[in-house]
Amino acid sequence: MEFLLAIITGLLYAAGLYMMLRRSLVKLIIGLIIISNGANLLIFLLGRITKGHPPIIPGDSKIFTEIYADPVPQALILTAIVISFGLQSFAIILIKRAYQVVKTDDLDEMNTIEEDYK
Amino acid sequence: MLIAILTGFLFAILLFFGGKKLVNHKLALLPTLIPLGLFVYFVRFIGEVSNKEFIHKTYEWIPSLGVNLSFTLDGLSLLFSLLITGIGTLVFAYTSSYLKGHEYLDRFYGYLSIFMGAMLGLVLSDNLISLFVFWELTSISSFFLIGFNNTSEASRKSALTALGITGIGGLLLLGGGIVLGNISGTYSITEMLAQKDFIQGHEHYILAACLIFGAAFTKSAQFPFHFWLPGAMKAPTPVSTYLHSATMVKAGVYLLFRMSPLMGSTSFWNNTLLIVGLITMVYSAFHSIFRTDMKGILAYTTISALGILVFLIGLGAHESYLAAAVFIIVHALYKATFFMMTGVVDHQAKTRNVTELSGLRKVMLPVAIAGLLAAISNAGIPPSVGFIGKDLIYEGTFHFEHSAILLTAFAILTNVFISYAGYVAGIKPFIGKLPEKFEKVKFPSFFLWFPPVLLGTLGFIIGLFPVLIEKSLVKPILWSIGEDAAEVHLKLWHGITPILGLSLLTIASGIILYFVLKPSAKKEAFITKFEALSPKSILENFNRAFSKFSVLWTRIFQNGYLRNYVSVIILFLIALMGYTLVDGTTYKIDYASFARLTVYEVVILTILILAIGLIVFAKSRLAAVVATGIMGYSICLLFVFYSAPDLAMTQFAIDTLTVILFVLVLYKLPKYLKLSDYKMRIRDGILSIAFGGLISILALEVLAQPVNSEISDFYAKNSYLLAHGKNVVNVILVDFRGADTMVEISVLAISAIGVFGLLKLRLKSVERYQK
Repeated sequence: MEFLLAIITGLLYAAGLYMMLRRSLVKLIIGLIIISNGANLLIFLLGRITKGHPPIIPGDSKIFTEIYADPVPQALILTAIVISFGLQSFAIILIKRAYQVVKTDDLDEMNTIEEDYK
Repeated sequence: MLIAILTGFLFAILLFFGGKKLVNHKLALLPTLIPLGLFVYFVRFIGEVSNKEFIHKTYEWIPSLGVNLSFTLDGLSLLFSLLITGIGTLVFAYTSSYLKGHEYLDRFYGYLSIFMGAMLGLVLSDNLISLFVFWELTSISSFFLIGFNNTSEASRKSALTALGITGIGGLLLLGGGIVLGNISGTYSITEMLAQKDFIQGHEHYILAACLIFGAAFTKSAQFPFHFWLPGAMKAPTPVSTYLHSATMVKAGVYLLFRMSPLMGSTSFWNNTLLIVGLITMVYSAFHSIFRTDMKGILAYTTISALGILVFLIGLGAHESYLAAAVFIIVHALYKATFFMMTGVVDHQAKTRNVTELSGLRKVMLPVAIAGLLAAISNAGIPPSVGFIGKDLIYEGTFHFEHSAILLTAFAILTNVFISYAGYVAGIKPFIGKLPEKFEKVKFPSFFLWFPPVLLGTLGFIIGLFPVLIEKSLVKPILWSIGEDAAEVHLKLWHGITPILGLSLLTIASGIILYFVLKPSAKKEAFITKFEALSPKSILENFNRAFSKFSVLWTRIFQNGYLRNYVSVIILFLIALMGYTLVDGTTYKIDYASFARLTVYEVVILTILILAIGLIVFAKSRLAAVVATGIMGYSICLLFVFYSAPDLAMTQFAIDTLTVILFVLVLYKLPKYLKLSDYKMRIRDGILSIAFGGLISILALEVLAQPVNSEISDFYAKNSYLLAHGKNVVNVILVDFRGADTMVEISVLAISAIGVFGLLKLRLKSVERYQK
């Protein structure tokens, strides 16, 4: 299973990078979302996966009595998901705003570097 | 002694605060007191030093690195200190008249004082690192002084050239100091001397010597780094007098002198100095006879004189060290006189062109006398001190063990050119008929004509009574480089010897040359033709090519396209990681685990792959957004399967919100177009797959390594016992790492405010009608 998840992670990275290399701003943001999902999955995978044993101490005991999933990667990913949402939501609204002003979502047309030189 | 060195800096700081008021019309002479006071301070040491009692003082600076402000006052340092402060006094006084009423006189004095302090520090430092620091300070203050007329482009350019060349030299000096420090384990020159044989036998000796040479040759304008010095003549004349003839350019010579007892008397050291000095002295003496600008003539003869000094040190014999020691004094005396005399002519007659100037003795007799005295001393005519100096030079070459005749011939040739140049600069402007346009030239003020006359006369007094400098300066100099000085007797008259014949030959040839060769603009034009081949234009071309190259380089890498930046970074990463993975991977696929796959897992993974494919290949934005949502939910289910209920809940909530936000703005966006062509997509596709594959391999590699669960165990064990929570992930977030979560929430809040603001913000009319 780890093997398949590793492949999926690679696939997410590949798709994310490909989208980020597009000229459209919307695709860039979608690429960003995919890559952040890929990163989450990578961290999750490297913390080793465990089936059916969430890191919750059973009701009657004070410590774990059997195996449990590693809680640290989960805590990390939880933070990462929330923060990347902050980034994504802001970026999405920014696209809208940018489009209203410059009437394009083509990164090359938004590029003002040529004008700056003149 | 530290105070003496710092005085210059302190005074400059003082000027910074109250300069304008302090150095106004009436008090323009006030700064002169600084070098004068220091001169008196150093004169008091003559007694001790001439009794071979050298003074050492150490102040701790960075003892942990072996860098201390340790100062040594021996014969060599004392000579330079006296030159710096003595000529400094005259230059300061001279400046008060030369730049009278100049708007930035205070600034000028500030730079001069900084320079003086730095130069004193340089010649007194015993520690190579602190010597380097002072060395750089002289370069920097020289930069400001050369570029003092900052409205002139030529002077700014010359200042930059000078800074560039001497700055490179400074770096080399630092390098040399560090190499020597590594060899010997100390930065103190005195301590290094004890390990002389070890250093000279070390494998890095040649490297250290080359670095020291680089520093000395750039500072002392040796061929092929000489060209910054004629350019530096754009500076006001007091600067040329002080920095570019008497003191700063001699710093390189000083360094070589100082290092000679340590690194000298090897064939590499001596031959390099000999050859470079020889080339420099002949080359620039030859150049000097073609110049028509008085300062240009003096610049080239100065380079030539520096070449003579390097050459003499390169000879490395007792006689040549003696000759070099005396010649430093001789040259400082007559060359400073020359420069100040030139400055007066320039200041009063507004030109320095020797083809135009003549008969000026009628309007400025004292200046003409100064010029005459300097020219006589320069040509080595008795009874000037120049005669003694020239005598000793011939003494040095004539008694050298190899090819004495050849070396003497070169020395004579150089001296003939130099004496010719001296006549042209020092005598020609003052004799002959006074042209009409110069009849109205005003008589210069006291502080303009007095310093050159004083220095010129001093040259004759010392020439008549050489005993004045014999015991006080010359012998201590030889002591300080470890030479025996008991036999040294400076005399004007040695009796009839071959050397006397050589001196007479030089003087006669110089005079004949003066009558045969007349300076003219044509000759100068002739020599400037060769400038295309000179080191100067080679450097300029190199600079131009380099800046073109950097523009090209920047255009390629800083092209402003995000995707190019990303591609370059990823490519580099792939190359780097791919290279380390060449050795092969350690992961072994466990085929048995495939049998344990449940049907749910297979279904979810399939959906996930399909969703990713849909995102990449979708033709409509809505489809892409929906597929993104599907991808998110699939990952959410994966979290459910693999024991991460908290993650699943968060992912679910967040994914829903993202999709909603996207849909909200969707209809306001432009058409979803494929903007890139087929080729580009293929290229990006290959790059992406390579990157994704690399990540997969990386993940598998890590999975093959043992896992360290120390931290997880701590949290798992103490979650209930310490924090009284049973959901460990929850406890980590809100308890163990509570502060982090707080900050995270604030980030989210800030982003929410941003989103809200952007949504509510109305377009300004200006923005709306753009495009």
